[in-house]
Amino acid sequence: MRSPSLRALSISTVAAFCVALSLVFFYAPIEAEEGFLQKIFYLHVPLAIVTLSGFVIGGLMAIAHLRTRDQRWDLRSYVVIHMSLILGVAVLVTGSIWARASWGHWWVWNEPTLVSFLIVFLLYATYQPLRFAIEDPERQARYASVFAITAGAFVPLNFIAVRLSASFVHPRVLGSSSNLPGPMMLTFLVSLGAMALLFATLCSYELAAKRTRILLKARSRILGFQ
Amino acid sequence: MELRTLESVPGMALFAVTTFVVFHFALDQNTVSGQEAAGILWVTLLFAAMLGVNRLFVADADQGGFDGFLLAPVDRGALLIAKAISLLAYLLVLELVAVPAFGLLLLGPSLGQALPGLLAPLVLGDLGVAAIGTLIAALAVRTRARDLLGPMLTLPLLVPVVIGCARATAPLLQAVDPGGLPLRWLATLALYDLVFGLIAYAVFDFLLED
Repeated sequence: MRSPSLRALSISTVAAFCVALSLVFFYAPIEAEEGFLQKIFYLHVPLAIVTLSGFVIGGLMAIAHLRTRDQRWDLRSYVVIHMSLILGVAVLVTGSIWARASWGHWWVWNEPTLVSFLIVFLLYATYQPLRFAIEDPERQARYASVFAITAGAFVPLNFIAVRLSASFVHPRVLGSSSNLPGPMMLTFLVSLGAMALLFATLCSYELAAKRTRILLKARSRILGFQ
Repeated sequence: MELRTLESVPGMALFAVTTFVVFHFALDQNTVSGQEAAGILWVTLLFAAMLGVNRLFVADADQGGFDGFLLAPVDRGALLIAKAISLLAYLLVLELVAVPAFGLLLLGPSLGQALPGLLAPLVLGDLGVAAIGTLIAALAVRTRARDLLGPMLTLPLLVPVVIGCARATAPLLQAVDPGGLPLRWLATLALYDLVFGLIAYAVFDFLLED
């Protein structure tokens, strides 16, 4: 994968965030029921969507790794899952804040999306312990990929199962986007785009750092430092 | 192999019965019914199953069974299927002990009535645990902290199985007016088993390459 230049990515991310935030604060109307609080929706939902997509993309990259045996795919899969995990913390925190503000509790069990997200998050939290419990790098990559594929398939299935088990209280965003008024929808989509860009930028930074570290190790081995 | 050493199954059964006793004291109740009963039954079975999952490949990894298998001219998927079947057998034996014990020790409504309906969720749940358990057992067995990683990986993956089984069983264990078997949950369970069975079969080869 030829990654676009880091500078271009970073600049476009910053620009997209400026646009998204100004839309959120100055353009999108204040929601009638929840008032100003509803603004967190533009942060929380794009974050959650990007995180879950990141997990699934990590699984797809793991498939590519097992098919091609190219270690770079494993590195990508690792970085994507790693970043998703970090953003996942942000999703849980913002979700919690939103739940507290609109339902009065920090945690709401009859809220399927929140609960399934927590389960997925707990599952992925074991990705790194698993990875670093294996010494041999080749086997580590292979086992991590097997995990990433299994967990990637688990993400949608888990959502189905949890949703079936609970009542619906969450504002349905994807299923019922038609009842989101135009300006809100636009703001939401721009925020989603900005978040996706942020994710891509963070991943490419991390990838660049990892590659440099690997390169550095290889060079210093050639030169005889250990 | 299990028949020779009898390592896991008696331990799992004993663990399940002990857990019922623990639940009795922890909840301070003599009988349970409905969703509560379904929850206790499934949590106990799940944790007992975890013991078996943890031990599933240990003998092979420690005593070179993997190498022996890799030398044999058979499909690698065969090992997955063989192991999954043996785990399934463990679970069935476990339930043969644990479910009557549960009926005897904790369950308020009589077990005899619910038993025919219980079979379907039990079997579907076992299939799910067997598929995921075998895959994760193979994944975790050659890592450093295998006793810790196995349950950590298995539990979140099995949450949907617990949801499905507990919800499907709850109406059967109702004290008054036990309901029928909710087919929606059985369908969900079956779908889950199918998908993870296929995934396990697809990725298992990659765990055995060295």
